[in-house]
Amino acid sequence: MRARQVRKAYADVVALDGVDLDVSAGQVHGLVGPNGAGKTTLLSLLLGLSLPDRGVLELLGSTVRRAHALPDGVAGFVEGPGLYPALTARQNLTAVASLRRIHGADVAGVLEQIGLTDVIDDRVRGFSLGMRQRLSLAAALLTRPELLVLDEPTNGLDPSATQCVLELLRRLADDGVAVVVSSHRMDELAALCHEVTLLSGGRAVFSGPLAKLAAESGPVDFRLRTTDVAGAGAVAAGVPRVTVRSAGDALVVRADQEALDTLVGRLVAAGLPVRELTAVVPPLQAAFLALTQDAP
Amino acid sequence: MIAAYRFELRKLVVTWRSRSLLVVCWSVPGVLVAAISQQGNLPTDTIFGRWMGTTGWAGSLVVLSFCCSWVLPLLASVLAGDVFAVEDRLGTWRHLLVAVRSTRRVFAAKALAALTVLVLLVAGLAASSTVGGVLAAGAGPLVGLDGQTLAPRDVVIRVLLSWLLALAPTLAFAGLGLLGSVVLGRSTTGLLLPALLALALQLLQLLPLPMAVRASVPSYAFLTWRGLFTEPLHGAAVLIGLAVCVAWLVAAAGLAAWLFQVRDFTDGTADGLGRRALTRAVLPLAALLAVSVAGVASATPSSGQGIDRHRLEPALARAFGHLYRLQARELHRPDVTEHDLHATAACDKGGSLVDDLGPGNDWRCAVTWRLPGVSATGTAVYQLQVAADGRYVADGDGPQSVNGSFPVATPTGVEPNPLWQLDGYVDLISHP
Repeated sequence: MRARQVRKAYADVVALDGVDLDVSAGQVHGLVGPNGAGKTTLLSLLLGLSLPDRGVLELLGSTVRRAHALPDGVAGFVEGPGLYPALTARQNLTAVASLRRIHGADVAGVLEQIGLTDVIDDRVRGFSLGMRQRLSLAAALLTRPELLVLDEPTNGLDPSATQCVLELLRRLADDGVAVVVSSHRMDELAALCHEVTLLSGGRAVFSGPLAKLAAESGPVDFRLRTTDVAGAGAVAAGVPRVTVRSAGDALVVRADQEALDTLVGRLVAAGLPVRELTAVVPPLQAAFLALTQDAP
Repeated sequence: MIAAYRFELRKLVVTWRSRSLLVVCWSVPGVLVAAISQQGNLPTDTIFGRWMGTTGWAGSLVVLSFCCSWVLPLLASVLAGDVFAVEDRLGTWRHLLVAVRSTRRVFAAKALAALTVLVLLVAGLAASSTVGGVLAAGAGPLVGLDGQTLAPRDVVIRVLLSWLLALAPTLAFAGLGLLGSVVLGRSTTGLLLPALLALALQLLQLLPLPMAVRASVPSYAFLTWRGLFTEPLHGAAVLIGLAVCVAWLVAAAGLAAWLFQVRDFTDGTADGLGRRALTRAVLPLAALLAVSVAGVASATPSSGQGIDRHRLEPALARAFGHLYRLQARELHRPDVTEHDLHATAACDKGGSLVDDLGPGNDWRCAVTWRLPGVSATGTAVYQLQVAADGRYVADGDGPQSVNGSFPVATPTGVEPNPLWQLDGYVDLISHP
C-alpha cells in the first residue's frame, strides 16, 4: 500500500494531515501514536470506510477513488471485533466468506489456526474479548488477504494467545502478506514490525525501521547497578556524552548507544562488576515519548 | 446482493424478538378468533365483529381492523426501525462494510430483509386469523358494509385483497422506520418512531380535519380496505391510499438510502444526526405532506370533512335495502328485490339548529320503502353514530317489528334481527 499526502478532517478537526506511508509485501508495519493521533482514521481509510479529503491512497496497485470499494485482497478490522453475538463462530465466518464471495472457504481450518476449534458452534455472545479478537482475525484470514489491516489485534489476549497471534502475523508476512498493525504495546511492535510510523496530531513524525527510530531518539536513561556505586559514578562522569545521577543504591545514566558502549568498556576495564544495566524506559517507548511530546 | 440479503435475513431471524413475533403472529390471532367466535357476546363495536359467530371470514377482518390501529405500525417499528440501529449498538458497521464493500448493497439488503420478515408476519396474522375463524364459525357468506350478502368465494378474494391493501401503509411505515433507524442511530426513538407516528396519524384520522389532509397520510390507507366490502367499491379511496403509501415509502426509503450513503463510517457507533435530522428528514417529509395534500385535493371532488347527509343517506338506504331482503329471507317472507323496495333515507344531524355535516352520534335518519303491490310506505328510524373515518353504526329506533331487537332463526342458529343494528361505511372521497 502507498499513501501520499493523505489528509482527512472532520469539520474543524484535522485527523490526518499530509501523511505518507509505504508498506511492501511481506512487511509488518506498525502504527503507533497517542490517543487522537489519527491511527484509527488512517486504518479506516485503508479499509475503505471513508475517502481521504486530499492525497492519494493506493491499495494493491489500485488507487482508491470510492469509499467501500476495497480490492479483493484487503481485509482487517478497526476499533475492535465487529461480530454478531447471536450467531455462532462458524456462522459469523461463513457469512464473511459468503459476503466476500469466497467459495470453499476453510472455516474450520482458519478457526483451528487461531485456536478456536472448541467453540466453533458456540454463539459469540458468550465469547471473551480475546476470543472475539481472535475470531475477527480469523474472519480477516478467511479472505486470504494480501494486505491485512489490524487495529490492536492483541487487545484483550492473554500472553499465550498474544504470542500465538504475533507468531501468526510473522508467518503471514513471511508468506508475502503486507500487514499494517496498530498497537499501544511497544514491546509487541518491537518484536513484530519491520518498520513503524509514529503519528502525532495527525502527522507522521517518524516513519522507518525500528533501529533508526531508536537511533534518532537520542540519549536514553539506563539504570546501572554495581558493587561500587561511588566508583562507577566516577567512571561514568569521565565518559563524554554521559550524564549520571544517583538513585538510591543504583545510578541512572543518560547516554546514547555509542556512549553507553564506551561506559560499559571502561567499567569492565576498571574491574567494576556490572550487575544490571537496563533502560528505565524501553528505547522505543522513549522515542515515542520524545517524538510525540515534541510534536505540535 | 443475494448473499448480503440472506445474511441480513439470517441476522433478523435468529433474534429472539423476530422469532417470538413470528410465533405470535402465526398462532395467537387464530386462537383468539376461534375463542371469541364461540362466545355469546361478540365485539360489535369492532367492524364486522357482530358477524363473528356467523362466518369465519369476519374474524379475519376483525383482526385486520385491530391490527390496522396499532399492531401493523408496531411491527414495522420493531423490524424496520431497528434494522440499521442494531449495527450501531453492536458496533458492527465497519465489519459489515469491509465484508460487503458497498453501502448500496448493505442498504438494499437490510431494507429487503426487514420487509420480507414484515410481510411474513402480516401473512401470519392473515392466515392464522382466517383459519381460526373458519374452523370455529365456518366459511359461510358475509354481510358486507352496505348490507349485501357476499358469497364465500367472493369473500375470500375480498379478505385477501384487504390484507394486501393493509400491507401498503405497513410498508410505508416501514419506510419511515428505515429512515428513523438511519437518522437516529442508536437512539431508541428511532425504534419507536413509526409506532408513535402511526399513533399520531391514527388520531388525525379521527379529527374533523379536511379529507385532503387525512387522505394524504399513510394511516388513511389502513381504512380503505373497508371500501372493498361495499357496492360499488370505494375505488378512488383505495387508489388514493395506495398512491399516498407508495409516495411515502419511496420518499422515506429514498431519504434513508441517501443519508446512509453519505454517512461517514469512521465513527462506528453514531448517535444519529441530531439537529441535522430536522433539515435532512423532517422537512423533506413535511414537504411531501404538503404536496400530497395539494395532489389529493386536486384529484378528488371531496372537500371539508367528507361526511354530510348527501353521502350518508344513499349509503344507509342501500344498506337497509340489502338487509331488508336478508330479513325477509330469514323470516321466510316473500322475496323482494332492493330495486323494488325503492328505499330512501332522510338524515338530520342534531336538529334544525345544527348543520348536517361531520361525524357525531347525533345523526337521526328515517328510511322509507315501499313493497310491490302495496300502496302504503314503510318508515323506519335509526340513530346513527358516525365516525370521522366514514364508519357508522345504525341503531334501530322503531318500529319494533321492522328494526327492533328480536331473534331470528337462521341456518347457522338464532341471530339478532339484521335490521336492528347495522354497520356501514361512507365513501368520503367520491361524488355522492
